[in-house]
Amino acid sequence: MSLVTMAYDATLAPFVEFGFMRRALVACMALGLGSGPVGVLLMLRRMSLVGDAMSHAVLPGAAVGFLVAGLSLPAMGLGGLIVGLAVALLSGLVSRTTAVREDASFASFYLTSLAAGVLIVSLKGSSVDLLHVLFGTILAIDQNALYLIAGISSLTLVLLALIYRPLVMECFDPGFLRAVGGRGLLYHVLFLLLVVLNLVAGFQSLGTLMAVGLMMLPAVAARFWAVSLPGMMFSAMLVAFLAGIIGLNISFHTGVASGPTIVLSASGIYLLSFLFGRLGIVRQRLSRPHLAG
Amino acid sequence: MSCDDLKGAPIHLDNLTITYQRHPAVHHVTGSFEAGSLTAIIGPNGAGKSTLIKALTGTMAASEGRIDRAGMSASRYGYLPQAAEVDRSFPLSVFDTVAMGDWHRLGIFGGMKRRDVSRALDALDKVGLAGFEQRRISELSSGQFQRVLFARLLLQDAPVILLDEPFNAIDERTTRDLLALIRHWHEHGRTVIAVLHDMSQVRQCFPQTLLMAREAIAWGPTEEVLQPHHLSRANMMEESWIEDAHTCELHEEQA
Repeated sequence: MSLVTMAYDATLAPFVEFGFMRRALVACMALGLGSGPVGVLLMLRRMSLVGDAMSHAVLPGAAVGFLVAGLSLPAMGLGGLIVGLAVALLSGLVSRTTAVREDASFASFYLTSLAAGVLIVSLKGSSVDLLHVLFGTILAIDQNALYLIAGISSLTLVLLALIYRPLVMECFDPGFLRAVGGRGLLYHVLFLLLVVLNLVAGFQSLGTLMAVGLMMLPAVAARFWAVSLPGMMFSAMLVAFLAGIIGLNISFHTGVASGPTIVLSASGIYLLSFLFGRLGIVRQRLSRPHLAG
Repeated sequence: MSCDDLKGAPIHLDNLTITYQRHPAVHHVTGSFEAGSLTAIIGPNGAGKSTLIKALTGTMAASEGRIDRAGMSASRYGYLPQAAEVDRSFPLSVFDTVAMGDWHRLGIFGGMKRRDVSRALDALDKVGLAGFEQRRISELSSGQFQRVLFARLLLQDAPVILLDEPFNAIDERTTRDLLALIRHWHEHGRTVIAVLHDMSQVRQCFPQTLLMAREAIAWGPTEEVLQPHHLSRANMMEESWIEDAHTCELHEEQA
């Protein structure tokens, strides 16, 4: 067997031969398109862990959707969206009206949500169903789920393009945006809506526990490759694509669970970026510009 | 700047009170910043100086009393926030940061035309940062970054300019250059209000002073305000909140 054939079998063949692998790959790519830029903005707003909390917070909504319609992404997605947004808004409300900081109120609400979600799923479903909700089933994604994910990614890109300028100003200098009459709260809420929507898109693929994986790991890895905001967003998308391709391949050839493998692939890329990225630790140690010339 | 003929506007405070969780940070302040005046706001920490500036920008609501901006929208005011409120690690170029000053012309969707670009470059040139357009703000020193924020103010081309501690952690030369810019605004009739801590700066460069300790201790010509008895009265103000204090003692007396 030639080297080319071996490389083909190891990388492309699964996607050429199996429809479920193609759908899984397209889902990963669509998730990366939307989640990558959202993750970068979450990171820059120092809200990385808030994204994690939010991903757990969608569970009770997804669980109610599951109770009503079984493993249906639209039903679970709608439930997740409603509860995710409620948690985001309630956390914001508590932190703005009391001395409790936003991260602390997020922690309180997401723990409550997580516990309620697990309880609701366990009322009806088996432990297998619970595992599906918690860890996702990317290889079982159907056409409708794919449309939903692609729709959310498209909406994310369009909305981000529309509010890019005030959103950046709100991240960088919120006081200035408010002073010049920009409605910072509106953009903050729209951004939180995008976070929740992308987490909903990710949870059938990666589960509610790891949906944030393809959002934050590519974003943090992108920090080691790009210095501009558009560059970081583009890098995050690429990292998410790569993590999807690598993770699905490893999962296909070794038979391990696909969701965690994709997230671990993103972790691997993050580690390599940290070490060898353009702004990684090795390059920083090797280049000593103050000694040049 | 191109619009040096844009004159400042007055601001009248009428019994202005602003509270944080019902504790007054600014207490029954009445007085006027005249059009074209150059005023320093001074006072001990916790005196309500920054709160007053935020109220003037329209981002904090008055609990009582009102601010009369003589028909001008607060969103047309130029505003320099405290350095700590700005995320300097954000991946922005110097040019993009300065261009934010064009918000009132461009809004969310407007594109920068050649004239807007040259105005932004001109503003950078005026603060001594020509050639820095593509540098990342994270690569700048504190002084250079403050120059960038002043360039953004230049681009805002506002009739009223509000500066919240503009010279904190800034070296002497930068402070001198930026003070010259403030004088330039004043000479061209803009209303400039700055929160400051350095008394010698206030004496040398600011004809008007508002001394605050939650309430206005003194407000008027700088040499009259900076009298020892005014300063010692302001310094006697306790920085911490007194939980069992009357909600609004002064107001009760007035009533």
